[in-house]
Amino acid sequence: MRLITHNLLQCHVKNCNSNNFPLKIEDAQVELIEADYNPEFLVNMLPKIDWPVLVNTAKQLGLPEIPAQVPEDAENNEAFLQGLHSVLLETHIQQGRMICPGCGHVFNIKEGIPNMLLAEHEI
Amino acid sequence: MSRPEHIAPPEIFYGEVEARKYTDNSRIASIQAEMAYRALELLNLSEGPKFLLDIGCGSGLSGEILEEEGHVWVGMDISPHMIDVAREREVEGDLFVQDAGQGVGFRPGTFDGCISVSVLQWLCNADKTINRPKARLQRFFSTLYASLKKSARAVFQFYPENDDQIKLIIDVATRCGFEGGLLVDYPNSKKAKKYYLCLFAGTQTGRRNELPKAL
Ligand SMILES: [Zn+2]
Repeated sequence: MRLITHNLLQCHVKNCNSNNFPLKIEDAQVELIEADYNPEFLVNMLPKIDWPVLVNTAKQLGLPEIPAQVPEDAENNEAFLQGLHSVLLETHIQQGRMICPGCGHVFNIKEGIPNMLLAEHEI
Repeated sequence: MSRPEHIAPPEIFYGEVEARKYTDNSRIASIQAEMAYRALELLNLSEGPKFLLDIGCGSGLSGEILEEEGHVWVGMDISPHMIDVAREREVEGDLFVQDAGQGVGFRPGTFDGCISVSVLQWLCNADKTINRPKARLQRFFSTLYASLKKSARAVFQFYPENDDQIKLIIDVATRCGFEGGLLVDYPNSKKAKKYYLCLFAGTQTGRRNELPKAL
């Protein structure tokens, strides 16, 4: 799972409606997998990204530092967009787990695939 | 021929052997690709790369079409075996083992569109006593609606079992806020006839949602 998806993911346990984002990553194994650079896509996605969460996630996973704030010239800032591309679209969580801060549900990640199935009492 | 959704729940029916058979069958693959293209066309996206959701992505046959067209996607499927095949085939999309009937969990406005190929009829299955079709559809459509950008579309190609099932699906989707309806391509051809449920997540200001034309 790429970090772009983690940044948009929230817990879907029924009635877990507040404090359900971001899912806390634990014991993560991270892998960098090259992807085509697509600045237009990044610019389109920027308004949807929760920036402070992304900054924290990158720090926690020991990734190269990203700026604390989105630069004003983001759309034309090649170095910034290249860095963002690497963090959002090339950084994959291969193993580990994600924990909901609200209800505590643990979503395990194996071979890059999160298991999002819920138990009967959670639906 | 009996309908696969009558034989076993999807995560059982699409076990390891079926998952591979399904993906390696070139006839199935080309039909799936064709329907994925049509679903993508019906999304009516503006120019440029988008972030899309594929419900019941299976082994990634439809996701590959989204990739080819320059989009970034996330897919979910209830069958871990199907997801395994997708992973081995190294599709670009992020993959989740997930039961859409339990809801989808993304922040509001995440996706620019959603497609789904040959899956929706499975959601109507009452294969376990806990799986009440109406409640599952309700959970699915309400959480999907929230995860879509305003006025984004969700297009589902599916194989409805009967008119009651179509009515149930449209009723629940409408109650969850969606507009739209059913589109039948090639209605007079037994072979080519295809059903697409075309839903709009709200309206863009000053614009009326119009159901696209069938082929
Ligand atoms: Zn939760």
